[in-house]
Amino acid sequence: MIQLEGIEKVYRTERIETVALTNINLTVGEGEFISIMGPSGSGKSTLLNVIGLLDVPTGGKVALNSKPVTSYSDRNLARVRNEEIGFVFQTFHLIHDLSVVDNVEIPLLYRKGISSSERRKLALRALDRVGLHARVHHFPGQLSGGQQQRVAIARAIVGNPRILLADEPTGNLDSQMGDEIMDVLKGLNENEKTTVVMVTHDPRQAEKTERVVRLFDGRQVS
Amino acid sequence: MLKNYLKIAFKVFLRRKFFTFISLFAISFTLIILMVATALFDNIFAPQPPEDKADRSLYVFGMRFQGPENQSTGPAGYVFLDRYVRTLPNVEKVSIYTTPNTVYSFWRGAKIKSFLKRTDGEFWQIMGFRFLEGGPFTADDEKSANFVAVINEATRHKFFGDESAVGKMIEADGQQFRVVGVVANVPIYRMNPFADIWVPISTSKTNAYKSQLLRGEFQAAILAKSTADLPAIKSEFESRLPGVEFPDKREFNTAIGGADTFFEYTSRMLIPSQQMESQPRKLLVIIISLMVLFMVLPTVNLININVSRILERAGEIGVRKAFGASSWTLVGQFVTENVLLTLIGGVLGFFGSQFVLKLIADSGLIPYAEFHLNYRFFVYGLLTALFFGLFSGVYPAWKMSRLHPVQALKGAGGSR
Ligand SMILES: Nc1ncnc2c1ncn2[C@@H]1O[C@H](COP(=O)(O)OP(=O)(O)O)[C@@H](O)[C@H]1O
Ligand SMILES: [Mg+2]
Repeated sequence: MIQLEGIEKVYRTERIETVALTNINLTVGEGEFISIMGPSGSGKSTLLNVIGLLDVPTGGKVALNSKPVTSYSDRNLARVRNEEIGFVFQTFHLIHDLSVVDNVEIPLLYRKGISSSERRKLALRALDRVGLHARVHHFPGQLSGGQQQRVAIARAIVGNPRILLADEPTGNLDSQMGDEIMDVLKGLNENEKTTVVMVTHDPRQAEKTERVVRLFDGRQVS
Repeated sequence: MLKNYLKIAFKVFLRRKFFTFISLFAISFTLIILMVATALFDNIFAPQPPEDKADRSLYVFGMRFQGPENQSTGPAGYVFLDRYVRTLPNVEKVSIYTTPNTVYSFWRGAKIKSFLKRTDGEFWQIMGFRFLEGGPFTADDEKSANFVAVINEATRHKFFGDESAVGKMIEADGQQFRVVGVVANVPIYRMNPFADIWVPISTSKTNAYKSQLLRGEFQAAILAKSTADLPAIKSEFESRLPGVEFPDKREFNTAIGGADTFFEYTSRMLIPSQQMESQPRKLLVIIISLMVLFMVLPTVNLININVSRILERAGEIGVRKAFGASSWTLVGQFVTENVLLTLIGGVLGFFGSQFVLKLIADSGLIPYAEFHLNYRFFVYGLLTALFFGLFSGVYPAWKMSRLHPVQALKGAGGSR
């Protein structure tokens, strides 16, 4: 499903070079649920962004479904992100100018041949799947943190991507809300065979996943 | 895709009411000012009835006479125009008439204020007035000093209500006139034809005008046989000025002026110069520069607003990219937003300028004002606005769309 080979990532600013990732080799199988752990600044987010095609590695190869995406154009990368990948962020990243259901519809806007009524239907179904039935016409600011993260997950899964990437999805939530979000992710993994890669700080949440990848200073330590 | 862009644009406008309001205000306000200015300009300077032959007409609006210690600028005397303008060769017609004077009539216990113009018979042949009843007075009426008058519609209403006026007597400035014709109202800014009541020059209370040489209250209109003759007529008139006979050279010894269109005369009066030359090109350049300047200021503002607005939406750009928007899709979206906003502003500006022009016309500040929108200028204005809308939208949108999605999400600082 996901294959990383010799991934390097170096950030170059005017004078400083920061090595964020060194020689990462990782294969994630279809339907797996893995977590990435490590101290702050160890390169977890960078790795997730490389997998999600939001960031281009300085070296190495990325393949999704055996397709070498490293050389894809902006337009093709956008299409792969749209069809194959869903993102969930620590700080939700909902658009505050749009209502809950409009936020969830966003990935479908960039897909051809979906009518607006169909979009609306799929968005409501996705919200249903994450357990958010009411308040779909509210704006994100009117919801609690846990509810906002549910909206963000609904947005990530509305287009039925095979891969879900979550960067500290419970990091901004209290432990009870965090558990609820974990349940949603696990449910998606078990019921719909979605591949989930989750970055987390929290060993308790990491325990619930099938495999833990540990990073230290940009290196893979287990 | 465009439908989606439009939908998103409307949602953004509704949620960002303040920004939308500022943008729409800037666009429509600029257009309104521009449209009203060009409408005024057009209505004041462009040929239109009764000056329907303005394209082959010249006017002597005023003259400047200078002497060792004196200088006087204003309408000329009857004798000056009779001697140096009426005698111009190769022209179809010349008319001499006074500037409008305020006169009062006492009529059935009411006091009526009117503008009265004294003209010759040729006046009615050079100007194409629209007669509602009767007709003009003639050169014979002027020769034999018949007390006849042409009045406008508003004056007919003041004196006679809805009845017809031809054949009836009116009183103005203590004189009695028999009405021979009624014409449609002419706005006050059409300087040459404007008046409420027109009567023959020879009905003046005294004969003083017949000896007014230099200064006076008279203007002249020259109708050429064709537009091509105008330059020759101008230079013929100017060549006559050095030969003007001055009765007292210690008072005045130089005549400065020319046969002008109204725009040329305006440039003569507005642009300071030693010889009071007519400089219509210069005036046109000044006017166009002012207009462009006027367009540029709000545009720069709009670009600034747009840049900060788009920067504010860095997080949104990051999100949209993460979920499958390509850079070009985002440029398309921002440009659609801008163009839509500009078009709405344009429509508001269109109705706004019609409203303002109607307001000016209805206010009565300008008697008989009747403004029409110049649609050509509206299209120009809208195209300019559209150009700036595109320009102010494309550049920041393009810049933002190049933004790295990870940076964009980070720049958003949290959940914004
Ligand atoms: N845009 C960037 N420019 C320079 N350095 C960066 C940038 N993004 C991340 N880094 C650096 O790369 C390293 C890894 O960052 P990150 O992947 O965010 O770590 P984590 O998510 O594990 O906390 C850190 O040292 C960080 O400072
Ligand atoms: Mg991180």
